[in-house]
Amino acid sequence: MSQTRTSSKSHDQSPRDDGAELARKLIGKAPVAGDEDVAQWRGVAAEDRADGEMRAKTSAFLKKRSRALLWSLLKPYRWVVLAMVLLVLVENASRLAIPSLVTHGIDEGIPPLKANGDSSTLLTTIAIMLGAVVIHTITRIAFIQISGRMGQNVLLELRRRLFKHFQRLDVAFHERYTSGRVISRLTNDIEAIMELLQTGFDGLITAALTLIGIGTILLFMDFHLGAVVLICFPIVMLVVRWFSKASTRTYRRVREYAAMVIVHFVETMGGIRAVQSYRREQRNQEIFSDLSDRYGHANVTAMRLNAIFSPSIKLIGNVTTVAVLVYGGWRVMHGDMTVGVLAGFLLYLRQFFEPMQEISQFYNTFQSANSALEKLSGVLEEEPTVVQPTSPVPLEHPRGEVHFDQVEFSYVDGSPVLPSLELTIPAGQTLALVGTTGAGKTTIAKLMSRFYDPVGGRLTLDGIDLRELSDDDLRKAVVMVTQENFMFDGTVGENIAFGRPGSSDEEIAAAARAVGADTFINELPDGYGTDVGKRGGRLSAGQRQLIAFARAFLADPAVLILDEATSSLDIPSERLVQQALRTILADRTAVIIAHRLSTVEVADRVLVLEHGQIIEDGAPAALTNQEDGRYARLHQAWINSLA
Amino acid sequence: MLSEPKKPEVSVITDQPARTEPPEEPNAWLHTVGTDDAATTLGRPPRIAPPPKWNNRGANLWRLHPYLRPFLHRFIFSFVLAFVGIGLGLAIPLITQAVIDGPIADSDHRGLWILGTVALAIGILDAVTQWGRRWVVNVGTVGVETLVRKDLYAKLQRLPMAFHGHWESGQLLSRIMNDLNRIRRFVGFGMTFLIVSTIQILVVTILLLNMFWPLGLVVLVSSVPIIVMVLINQKHYTRMSRQIQDQTGDVATTVEESVQGLRVIKAFGRANHLFAKFDRRSVKLYDVTMERVWLSAKFWTFLEVIPTLTMIIVLGLGAWAVGSGAITIGTLVAFMTLMLSLIWPISSLGFQLAMAQESMTAADRVAEVLDIDNSITDGDTVLDPEAVQGRLTFTDVRFRFDDADADLLHGLNLDIAPGETIAVVGGTGSGKTLLTALVPRLQDVTGGSITIDGTDIRDLRLAQLRSIVATAFEEPTLFSMSARENLTLGRPDASEEDIAEAIEVAQAGFVHDLPWGLDTRIGEQGMSLSGGQRQRLALARAVLTRPKILVLDDTLSALDIHTEELVERALKRVLVGVTGIVVAHRASTVLLADRVAVLIDGRIAHVGTHSELLATVPEYRELLSAEFNAEAEMATQSPGAEAEMATQDPPDPEGAEDDLTPTGGAR
Repeated sequence: MSQTRTSSKSHDQSPRDDGAELARKLIGKAPVAGDEDVAQWRGVAAEDRADGEMRAKTSAFLKKRSRALLWSLLKPYRWVVLAMVLLVLVENASRLAIPSLVTHGIDEGIPPLKANGDSSTLLTTIAIMLGAVVIHTITRIAFIQISGRMGQNVLLELRRRLFKHFQRLDVAFHERYTSGRVISRLTNDIEAIMELLQTGFDGLITAALTLIGIGTILLFMDFHLGAVVLICFPIVMLVVRWFSKASTRTYRRVREYAAMVIVHFVETMGGIRAVQSYRREQRNQEIFSDLSDRYGHANVTAMRLNAIFSPSIKLIGNVTTVAVLVYGGWRVMHGDMTVGVLAGFLLYLRQFFEPMQEISQFYNTFQSANSALEKLSGVLEEEPTVVQPTSPVPLEHPRGEVHFDQVEFSYVDGSPVLPSLELTIPAGQTLALVGTTGAGKTTIAKLMSRFYDPVGGRLTLDGIDLRELSDDDLRKAVVMVTQENFMFDGTVGENIAFGRPGSSDEEIAAAARAVGADTFINELPDGYGTDVGKRGGRLSAGQRQLIAFARAFLADPAVLILDEATSSLDIPSERLVQQALRTILADRTAVIIAHRLSTVEVADRVLVLEHGQIIEDGAPAALTNQEDGRYARLHQAWINSLA
Repeated sequence: MLSEPKKPEVSVITDQPARTEPPEEPNAWLHTVGTDDAATTLGRPPRIAPPPKWNNRGANLWRLHPYLRPFLHRFIFSFVLAFVGIGLGLAIPLITQAVIDGPIADSDHRGLWILGTVALAIGILDAVTQWGRRWVVNVGTVGVETLVRKDLYAKLQRLPMAFHGHWESGQLLSRIMNDLNRIRRFVGFGMTFLIVSTIQILVVTILLLNMFWPLGLVVLVSSVPIIVMVLINQKHYTRMSRQIQDQTGDVATTVEESVQGLRVIKAFGRANHLFAKFDRRSVKLYDVTMERVWLSAKFWTFLEVIPTLTMIIVLGLGAWAVGSGAITIGTLVAFMTLMLSLIWPISSLGFQLAMAQESMTAADRVAEVLDIDNSITDGDTVLDPEAVQGRLTFTDVRFRFDDADADLLHGLNLDIAPGETIAVVGGTGSGKTLLTALVPRLQDVTGGSITIDGTDIRDLRLAQLRSIVATAFEEPTLFSMSARENLTLGRPDASEEDIAEAIEVAQAGFVHDLPWGLDTRIGEQGMSLSGGQRQRLALARAVLTRPKILVLDDTLSALDIHTEELVERALKRVLVGVTGIVVAHRASTVLLADRVAVLIDGRIAHVGTHSELLATVPEYRELLSAEFNAEAEMATQSPGAEAEMATQDPPDPEGAEDDLTPTGGAR
């Protein structure tokens, strides 16, 4: 703490430089994303060329899309909005009644009181005022409550919709979009919309109503002066148009940089172990500083637009007032109108321009939320390429027969990973896939669990095309365990129960026992109740893998895919898992991808793959004996490596 | 370089004059550099001021004032202009009144033009003032936000793994974005107007007292319920704001896990399960927010009702006073008019106080992180980098997770000579991975010590320690950056030749086949790469830093046999002259090492060569040769296969242990 103290003191000597430099960065020329430093560390990726969000779409299109989203969110509340308008009307009437009642009380109530002690008028006025206060209180509380509830409902609905949508989108989308941006959409953009919903709905309604009401009164009071006031309208419109255009662009930038800051932040914190051990802190700090400055710059630009916009409206109002004053005065001098009318006109004029200020404030929040809505509506419009069937074929009791019918697949057009795969896995068979990196093993696994759909041909389970199965049925039937043993926040038990939510403690423990995970779990401080720590940081990689196995065991699918699922296990654990596998795999179809032949040897059948094609197919023992076969050689190498 | 262990010449440069007072040093930079550049920000503690003696609600917000200081002139300017603006705003109706009462009443054309021009000037000035205030202050408010954000990030980068294991990243994210936004808004707008409103209320009240003190007193008394309400409200509002802001972080955490664990969620079809969790948290957020909406509704309305009620009382009493001749009607009218001007500042107080409360809560949450004591900090010893030998010694090392009640490592001793490679073998959860985290001080030992060339690693500067030690983790962490940036993480200045060499050692040549070669952005977490490819990149990264001590945490587990063999051959070359710790799960990896240490029950139970240990230590046999055993078992279970196997190499189901001795073809 003493360090902190000295530092902040000695730092006092040059705070201005610091501020000046940062200020320069914040107000300098707009930094362009993609130039300088930034592009270099980020590298090039396919999505830069065809970004899902910004596919040469016009501003008008984006606006229309986000309005449609806003409308779909607000539609269920249109009657509530109407009720709110009524409430605001009553509320304002009761609020505005007070000053005029005060005047009334003084003008009409006091003279009789003074003259003959008659307080009836005064008392009546006071009684009416009290009534107005009561009405005001009730309507005000009701309004804040109702508008608050509506806002929060809309927000909750939007959160739910987005969350579900992101879960529905396929893996390919997420690989392109990155998690940081998803997080940014679901946190920061939502926050911007919350701002809109929280601030000034009543202000906006009041302002709009006042504007219309007073505008009408002005025209009726004196047409000439009213016309002068109307002249300012086109000017206001021009300013609004300018602001609208300029701020739309700027707020888009704010949102984009906010997302970039979040992406960088999330990645740093997720990979903090690598950051620290490779002394990446400084470079990261440079990148983060750069992104923060850009984000700050975008924010300053947005605020400065508002700093021009709002006073401009004020200026127009002030100038109009002076014009009315001078022109009205001139008219009074020439006897064209009375002083009383001019005085009244000027008073109303003030009330006419005040709500305009309010509207300009609101418009600013609106623009910010609008950019967020644009982003969100863009995401909501993304359709998964892996589509759920509209009328799925039911699969009651899956047997687990998998058939690849001339399946073709490629991640990038023109370089097929699987040229044309013909493969039948009978129900109950344990199949091992062997081959080098890029042979297509993982692709087969991903196709079976429908992370992707084949480009050509069909993939069936019990004769039904995977594309015709409902997601629920498919996931109940096919489960994949990978080496990426993601742990969710919570306890060990909860993480196992992920395989089948709602499992009892006994079932969870039984699953753990079955894969041999119970030994280490029982040694944890709180057994199954031990918190796994962020991303399972409390556990070793091997332990996480055992939990993932228990999870899969609990899920009890007809088809189980193990993609390098045993690579982190040490030998005793692997042995346990292997023993367990015999029981686990006994009555189900299984596909095992492993580079360790010890795991492969559990299989009934081995496929050796190369460039997406099957080059050997047979029982492990048979392949081992094949003269100069690929598998036989691999097996020999493995035997050698053991010694 | 010589691989034979020789007595390390410990060249420790201690007590260098410039290094004797390390805390002073980062500050010294500031005098000359005085910027927020990356090195400076990382090199100094956060600028947050120490806690003041008065310790109330706003203390943490106040503590952020050093961040405001660089922009102080802007804030003062804005503050002055805010007052000028209020004055000008009031002047316009006054001038209007003057025009009507003067020139118009007198039909004075010249006067009309003169006063009209003055009114125009004031009107323009009014707008210009508003523009000027905003134009100038927004740089300050965004500046403050940006400075705190960078400091917060720097702090988080330096906090140890133990911290990061406990804190949900969503909570951190909501601090760095939402909370800072809140503080920014308050500093830029709320703060000024809270002060302006308060002053306005005070001034008007004094004027009212001056005008007719009995009625003024009524106004003064009416402030009592307001103050009481504000105080009561503050308590509830604070609690709710805190709840809301924490809950926002929880929602962010679920969002994060739902997207980062997407593949697992999809593989199990658990989107609904995750949604239920997200929904629970969102609904809870909804509930606390609604609770606060209800509180605000009551409080804000109250703030509007009290002045109105006061006005009614004043009217009644005033009428009575006029009736009794104590004051004139004119005075009462003036009094009431002045009072009307109080209604807006008082009712806007509700909104401004809410903003203040939220930003105080936000400041609390930010200060919480900035205040965390960093247990892993720089030592003050600097070794001569050229003379580092790389003798790594573990002496009686103990480690216990802070929430555990027993040590995971208890009294671990191990001495690794310079240039020697040691394989560490142990069961799942025995603490092998932990051991690898202790060397670069990602975690600190809780007992005993680890030394490099006789110097306790806690006495070293972290940057130096971590340049001596490079670690390749089992689960490689890749960032969504170019492949090159991922590779050169620990050595940004690496030449093309160095990179090429590292790629070759790690058999990571696949990077050249990526669409844009080394400049291709590796997707987040490298998910488009296979597990083996990621491991190879991580290995290349470790090799590239040219460490004195290389720590490999089962880095080859996801490689197929062929690649593993190639990598191992290359690694053997690299490991010459480098002290190595290799966490190994299989025999092939163990063979990289000169000696093997067996980790059992938190201690190094045995040290020896692979064959020695196989021959003499049953636990070691258990750990490293189960594969034969598994095969043997398979042979027993499937008689058909047994016959086939028998021709391959004869396993004896009964005497499996005999097969465990290294009799394989490698000999």
